Amino acid sequence: MTQPDTPTADRSPARAEVCAAAIADAFAEDGEIFASPMGLLPTLGVRLARLTSNPDLVISDGESLFLAGTPPLFAKADVVEGWIPFRRVFDVVANGPRHVMMGATQIDREGNQNISAIGPFDRPTRQLLGSRGAPGNTVNNRTSYWVPRHSPRVFVEHVDVVSGVGPRRAREAGTAASRFHDVHRIVTDLAVLDLGGPDGTVRLRSVHPGVAVEDVVAATGFALAVPDEVPTTREPSAEELVLIREVLDPKGLRFKEVPLPSPTRESR
Amino acid sequence: MGATPRDKRMSIDEVVAELRDGMTIGIGGWGPRRKPMALVRAILRSDLRDLTIVSWGGADVGLLVRAGKVRRLVYAFVSLDSIPLEPSFQRARQLGTIPEVVELDEGMFQTGLRAAAQRLPFLPMRAGLGSDVLVNNPELRTVTSPYDEGFGHEELVAVPALRLDVALVHLNRADRHGNAAYLGPDPYFDDLFALAADRTFLSVEQIVDTAGLTVDSPVQRLLLSRMHVDGVVETPHGAHFTTCTPDYERDERFQRAYAAAAGGSDEEWAAFEQRFLAGDETDYQAAVRAFHEEQS
Repeated sequence: MTQPDTPTADRSPARAEVCAAAIADAFAEDGEIFASPMGLLPTLGVRLARLTSNPDLVISDGESLFLAGTPPLFAKADVVEGWIPFRRVFDVVANGPRHVMMGATQIDREGNQNISAIGPFDRPTRQLLGSRGAPGNTVNNRTSYWVPRHSPRVFVEHVDVVSGVGPRRAREAGTAASRFHDVHRIVTDLAVLDLGGPDGTVRLRSVHPGVAVEDVVAATGFALAVPDEVPTTREPSAEELVLIREVLDPKGLRFKEVPLPSPTRESR
Repeated sequence: MGATPRDKRMSIDEVVAELRDGMTIGIGGWGPRRKPMALVRAILRSDLRDLTIVSWGGADVGLLVRAGKVRRLVYAFVSLDSIPLEPSFQRARQLGTIPEVVELDEGMFQTGLRAAAQRLPFLPMRAGLGSDVLVNNPELRTVTSPYDEGFGHEELVAVPALRLDVALVHLNRADRHGNAAYLGPDPYFDDLFALAADRTFLSVEQIVDTAGLTVDSPVQRLLLSRMHVDGVVETPHGAHFTTCTPDYERDERFQRAYAAAAGGSDEEWAAFEQRFLAGDETDYQAAVRAFHEEQS
């Protein structure tokens, strides 16, 4: 397998790098909590936040150790600062000081998320993981989503199975469900979204450089709340680019998730 | 002097002989980590049927549903981690061959086992509220708090006790009486499975003298007390192809072969079964060794 060339620091940020910075921004204001990224770009973004905007973040090796340092993706060794076996993860979830960024096979207009199954639950057309910790995460601690390919297949009018709970469902389930409900950001390869639309629906916050608002609207399978003025997602700083390219992901694993434009189509 | 606790050493087949059709069996470990796979393989070889399986699932669930052993499956996820979707489980769900499924949030699972461990009918929890876990499991009920802490009388999920007839778990070391230690970084929930079950059968990499349990390992690693263990089987590589850190890590190459066969044609699966699952545990371990010699 050939590795794509890593852009050097003097080249403009790649889309994957914009996404990493946007994910980092989602964790910037969290203070001293357990950041739980699921998957590659979320892990990159969380570690970027820890090295820049939020050094107090508590991070793990994705297994059972809290790490004192901020190692590159898939690095094995680092100084350990704590023990977080699965049983304690559930304690932290119930206790609250945690921000998880999960994936999502589907997200609907009301911010419900599905990682369980596609089609009827009794006999799915495609069985996925199961609901995992999504129901508990969304009613207990801050939750964000990462969608590497923003498309109408992901952003649907109604999810097939509600694994992660959106604001309206939480509100209707009562105070116990809504007290700590906090779906924070949805970061995709095209844009940053949140649930600040009418009645807690999905709203566009910013489009990534090179992406038009219409592109996001077209790639979303429901009526997206679009403010009159949509800013452009900020570009990563020179410091962040060095951290991403030389420290956290020197092998360019991020481009497997958000590919570079193919050379034939590159306009530079 | 000389009086010692019971010797609970058993063979794999003796463990399976204690199981009955229709039993509710909890399987320890987590996903593709430290699963009692030798005991699962022995169930595959048996005539047992109509089982209720309670598991944070990996290939243990995949193999048992593929073999048609499961009438009711209680799970929160089924995953091989490095291969996110378990092909046998996925296939069984899509073909509708598991008669009854109970999909829970993974924390609800712990709460259900805790309730059973404490002989309580339920424990309250937030997880599940607002989600389709409550829709797809209409037997799940809520419970209203008698107290108002300033947020009204909160209505919480009454997670029912996940009572087990039998728990099957795999650890690194045990003595012949059933005191057992994990040596890896995570105990998972094997102690909770044991407390939630009427009887617990334990497989281990190695049976050692009781004194040997703490020779090179802190006492906090002693996860199971003999009072919660009914039988101990020595099954070296008995968690294969899942992790059993630090004795061995996951056999990724073998897992890929399993997943390819399970996700492939009926012929490919039949060939995998014939090669690896037709004989006893000794045959399995020999076939795995041959597989690796072939691959190297």
